[in-house]
Amino acid sequence: MLNSRAELDVLKKKALTEISSMQKRILVCAGTGCVANGSLKVFDLFKQLLAQRPELAVSIELEKEHSQQEISAHTSGCHGFCQMGPLVRIEPRGTLYCKVKPEDVSEIFEEHIINGRVVSRLLYQDDHTHSPIETQDEIPFYKNQLRIALANCGRIDPDDIEDYIAHDGYQSLAKALFEMTPDEVVKEVLDSGLRGRGGGGFPTGRKWLFAREAAGEKKYIICNGDEGDPGAFMDRSVMEGDPHRVIEGMMLAGYAVGADEGYIYVRAEYPLAVKRLRTAVETAGKHGMLGEKILGSGFSFKVNIKEGAGAFVCGEETALIASIEGERGMPRPRPPFPAVSGLWGCPTIINNVETLANLPAIILNGSGWFTNIGTLTSTGTKTFALAGQIAHTGLVEVPMGLTLRKIVFDIGGGLRDNKIFKAVQIGGPSGGCLTKEHLDLPLDYDSLQKVGAMVGSGGMVVMGEDTCMVEVAKFFMGFVQNESCGKCVPCREGSRRMLELLTRIASGSGTEEDLLLLEELALIVKDGSLCGLGKTAPNPVLTTLRYFRSEYEAHVRDKKCPAGVCKDLLDYRIDPSLCRGCGLCKKVCPADAISGVKKEPHRIDPEKCIKCGTCISKCKFGSIVTN
Amino acid sequence: MERKFERLQEIIESHQGEVSHLIAILQEVQEEYRYLPEEVLTYIATAMKVSPATVYGVATFYTQFSLIPKGKYVIRVCDGTACHVRGSEPIHFALRENLGLVGGESTTPDMQFTVETVSCLGACGLAPVVVINSDEVHGQTTPESILRAVNKIVSREQQGENKNSSETGCCQNA
Amino acid sequence: MSSNGKLTIDGREIDIRGEKNLLEIIRRAGINLPTFCYHSELSVYGACRLCLVETDKLGLVAACSTPPQEGIVIRTNTLRTRRLRKMVIELLLANHERECTTCSRSGRCKLQLLAHQLGVKEVRFGKRDKKLPIDLTSPSIVRDPNKCILCGDCVRMCKEVQGLGIWDFAHRGSKTVVTTAFDKELSDVACVNCGQCVSVCPTGALTVKSEIDKVWNAIHNPDKTVVAQIAPAVRVALGEEFGLGAGEDVTGKIVAGLKLTGVDRVFDTLFTADMTTIEESNEFLVRLEKNEKLPIFTSCCPSWVKYCEQFHAELLPNVSSCRSPQQMFGSVVKKYYAKKLNKRPEDVFVVSIMPCVAKKFEAQRPEFTTGGVPDVDAVLTTVETAQMFNEAFIDFTALVNKAFDNPLGVGSGAALIFGASGGVMESVVRYVAGLTGGDEVGRIDFLPVRGMEGIKTASVEVKGRVLKLAVVNGLANTEKLISMIKSGEASFDAIEVMSCPGGCVGGGGQPDVNDTVARIRRAGEIYEMDRVQQLHKPQDNYFVGKAFEEWFGGVNNHETHHALHTTYVPRRRINGKPFIMNDSRSQPLRVSVCLGTGCYLRGAYDVIKEFNDLAENQGIAGQIELNGTFCLEKCDNGVSVNVNDEIITGVTPENAGEIFRNNISILVDKN
Repeated sequence: MLNSRAELDVLKKKALTEISSMQKRILVCAGTGCVANGSLKVFDLFKQLLAQRPELAVSIELEKEHSQQEISAHTSGCHGFCQMGPLVRIEPRGTLYCKVKPEDVSEIFEEHIINGRVVSRLLYQDDHTHSPIETQDEIPFYKNQLRIALANCGRIDPDDIEDYIAHDGYQSLAKALFEMTPDEVVKEVLDSGLRGRGGGGFPTGRKWLFAREAAGEKKYIICNGDEGDPGAFMDRSVMEGDPHRVIEGMMLAGYAVGADEGYIYVRAEYPLAVKRLRTAVETAGKHGMLGEKILGSGFSFKVNIKEGAGAFVCGEETALIASIEGERGMPRPRPPFPAVSGLWGCPTIINNVETLANLPAIILNGSGWFTNIGTLTSTGTKTFALAGQIAHTGLVEVPMGLTLRKIVFDIGGGLRDNKIFKAVQIGGPSGGCLTKEHLDLPLDYDSLQKVGAMVGSGGMVVMGEDTCMVEVAKFFMGFVQNESCGKCVPCREGSRRMLELLTRIASGSGTEEDLLLLEELALIVKDGSLCGLGKTAPNPVLTTLRYFRSEYEAHVRDKKCPAGVCKDLLDYRIDPSLCRGCGLCKKVCPADAISGVKKEPHRIDPEKCIKCGTCISKCKFGSIVTN
Repeated sequence: MERKFERLQEIIESHQGEVSHLIAILQEVQEEYRYLPEEVLTYIATAMKVSPATVYGVATFYTQFSLIPKGKYVIRVCDGTACHVRGSEPIHFALRENLGLVGGESTTPDMQFTVETVSCLGACGLAPVVVINSDEVHGQTTPESILRAVNKIVSREQQGENKNSSETGCCQNA
Repeated sequence: MSSNGKLTIDGREIDIRGEKNLLEIIRRAGINLPTFCYHSELSVYGACRLCLVETDKLGLVAACSTPPQEGIVIRTNTLRTRRLRKMVIELLLANHERECTTCSRSGRCKLQLLAHQLGVKEVRFGKRDKKLPIDLTSPSIVRDPNKCILCGDCVRMCKEVQGLGIWDFAHRGSKTVVTTAFDKELSDVACVNCGQCVSVCPTGALTVKSEIDKVWNAIHNPDKTVVAQIAPAVRVALGEEFGLGAGEDVTGKIVAGLKLTGVDRVFDTLFTADMTTIEESNEFLVRLEKNEKLPIFTSCCPSWVKYCEQFHAELLPNVSSCRSPQQMFGSVVKKYYAKKLNKRPEDVFVVSIMPCVAKKFEAQRPEFTTGGVPDVDAVLTTVETAQMFNEAFIDFTALVNKAFDNPLGVGSGAALIFGASGGVMESVVRYVAGLTGGDEVGRIDFLPVRGMEGIKTASVEVKGRVLKLAVVNGLANTEKLISMIKSGEASFDAIEVMSCPGGCVGGGGQPDVNDTVARIRRAGEIYEMDRVQQLHKPQDNYFVGKAFEEWFGGVNNHETHHALHTTYVPRRRINGKPFIMNDSRSQPLRVSVCLGTGCYLRGAYDVIKEFNDLAENQGIAGQIELNGTFCLEKCDNGVSVNVNDEIITGVTPENAGEIFRNNISILVDKN
């Protein structure tokens, strides 16, 4: 139980001493991605090996004993380098092993842990030179990053509060509580230029001012962990990998604004994040970092965790509030804004997870430090989730203002399988697409808005030449239709009809009039919708129409899909000159559409063919083509 | 069954019948019953003093809630952008085909499997992703790999059944 | 948010006069911006997006939810807003059942009107993809979900003003529907038939169940004598259907019109309203004397009666046993007046013209029959009656006034004011004052009970005793009042309850634009008419006095109790499947424990647990099928248990063990 700032410092010192007294620290990534690839088995094996060598004086449990540790093994949060998982990091050197399988554990243990010799074959290999890179920081994927919000992800054990405290955890809160007034905290955040990282980009300090000045005794802080953007997982990583940071951010906000209670709203689809957050809240409470009179100050704060129940729209502020109040997650008209009248009518600050994760560093290092990073109007860093046809999928954090080219090619390693870059969908279903002509565009709030796109949550899906932009627009519209709450007419009915039009266009029955109607409808839905979901739903349509109109016209006029994706516009044919009659395609065809006699060219019945592509993937002779 | 009803009462009481806890209550009740039967929802409405129409409205709004029984194994195919772009549709199709689901059906008649899509599980680095019963995560799946996983479950279930019947046989002999 | 100052609308400077949103100022300035989901008496919803306007400071905003700001510049009619409004209508039409010509709402439908006003000439989208079933199970309301535009007005009306919440949204996105719990039929849920949802519905999704054909058939049937009664609130509203103003007294025209259609006798409900006041007042005085069953609640509102039966069965003894004026009328016509005409009850067809749709439900209550036929054969609302006149092509405004027939055609002013909230109470006060004060008592205008306010209280001194009176309209207000009484915060001797806001003038069967302005005008006219009515209190009504003597030999006696009084039954709020507690194989003994709210609050859960434990302890769990079921409608006392179709009441967690042994285990042993 920490009753004063001094006690916190003592604990920090102790935790740091323990870490530094360790000869080696093994951190096995236990983010959702690596766990799916079996990282927990890897961790268990390390534990077992350590247990067999008691002379190494290890503690493998997460509760530490206060004796000199030589070697310890921990699970950590997501490193962000998902395609390379399971990842194992060895400290203090920072060696990063990739794609570690259970069979590799004993080799790493014997060679590196015991004998201090790095296992080259498991290191990351440079894309071009193929030479191994030993430390994490030298890998291009990480070299170009500046990790503030993700600073601790992969470096600490998220379930261990002392690990967090050792890494400057709760120092910002102590500084705020004992060296700054609430107004000074607000000013610091205002001066830092921090803008909402959830997508809106609204200046955080200004939002806080509204709430601070709003009338009312009771105020709330809500952490918006309802990251539903398909293709975005930065909030998940922070909640899984550094949950205490989120709590500290909430408390800073609470102190600044005058709130004594907060809610963390997490998607139900993130069970690991929920678990880690609950553990963090519990341990923080036990250590006195949550509750009454924190660290002996006059500030009290309580955190509740609410799980979402599967509604993307609940990421919208007023819908989120409705959900916490136990109702259907339907947005409410604004004004009044939540900062003035939100949860149960009280002034409420809703901040995104990443926004909150930036706060401790800003308070500790000062607004000046933050404004030195990024651009003039978009200060600091932004996390981006790289997905799609990019070589290195994963999570990165870079200064605002970095060009698209740098992120896609230098950090992301370009496109996989030598595909050609076509577009990047940025910001998920609310965002727009950026094309080749935008490769040198700096990525910040204002530059993107000018070209009709938006940073959004930071999800970046890279698309190659074989992606059909009409299909992409249709996919996103389908997503909106599924997730629309159904309250207002433009979004509910407008997106339904837009999906109808896009489906017609993609299936070959679209007309020129349909294109015009689609555009008209898109503009109206953008104008008239009640909330952000509806207002931004037409963005993928509008941007793809703007930059890839020729593709739409090909679908409508020529009834062709240039990218070769839209099934109804494709014909699967077996080239009789190449077909050997092996019969493999006939065997695997799920629709029984292929007929033929052994050793004779086979034939696909276009009526039965469902265009799933299984035959193409099986044919060893490349004799099946689409046009 | 009565034990479930007892549990239902416990859940409601642990939340002190707070209306704002309705969603959390429904989540816990669904854990217990594996879906939300109509009479359970009406009981909740009575206990919490809200109209049954309102409880029905909340239960049907959120995708997590099901008013019809689900299978023992719920297979969720992620259809987020990244997974979609890396081929989640053929996986979904293959599962439905293999399990014999037609039209609007999503649960097999023997109540073993439910197949549904879910929007973005946040594991985009491993696209395409499939999750079975929220803890078995499969990354970089293909139609073949996921069907293999399903077959594993089927044989495991069958083995369990055989084990039961062989035990009875044993006792009978004795 | 500014409550004064000026702003600019379409280039004109308009001053703010404390309005709560831009929409009201804009409308005051003469621009009738359309809305579907805005209702000044309900919470702001902001979903239809029709009221969007362009501003300089805030961009494009919804006028209904934006508070006024001093100095703001608003443009209501720009390219963007016009395009948006037209598209909203086009989108709604695309998903709407568009057979306008045969829709009962045609000509009065807001969607149809706006489509026309905005010049929507084509719907460029696909048609409505599914046909949902129409719900005809309620005697009062018809629901057609294919015409619903999801404005949510009915949801908010039923939830906020009536406190019931029968309607709510279900599902999400394009699959959203407005429906009842579990999509049940209206007759299976707690709907009290007040019809306020019908009043606010802008399209034909919710309409009144028509009985016009029934009435025509009777009129055209030479063997039937058709007798009509007209309620007070109808006569100040029916003119609105023909372009006359709200609150214009068209009594004479309605009588003339009905006679023209072929109704044989046109009588006045006021006649039996006077009888109601007399019977109810006497009942009240007896209770005062015995000091029992107080406060007394009025019983003429059938919506309130159903509400009480469903939600406050414990208060049923307090509800006056008097029938409503409508039902007293039907009863005396079939039992006494028919004889005067030398007819049998089944040869007389009673139709009542009401502002109310719950009266349709009331007329069908099984206890209101004579000689096997209903006392009231059909109920027509104000609007239905106008429709009847239209079907006969009668030029209503040109009709020459006619008088009611006798002997059931005379009513006092006290009966007339029944149509407004507070009227029944004032009527009772006049009667009692007259009873106790004799002829010295002049005219009484009991002002504290008049007006549109939800809860009104007053006190009056009778024979040295101060009586506390309450008048409430709207069921949410009623619930509030009942809580106040139960908590001891307030106490009353008599309470008048009307379900509809403002009383019957605001009934579900009244013409469109059933808002506060219309209600105030209609009620105002009623009190005006009362002012010049020479028969002031019920005892002044000579014809009623004669009727009591001739038919019953006095008031409040055994005869009147048979014809003019009734009883009530507790009702369940929802029908549904029971909870199966345990599975048992062979011929089980079926034991069902009621889980209705009343029993739930008295420990039904503990009773079930007790039964279950006892069953397991005694090893008979396999032979009992233990269920939790919905309301067994025996809400009197304790928990109700149904054992093999025999209902036992008064079960408590304490005596559950005894009851189990004496009533349940015994039966199992027998088996």
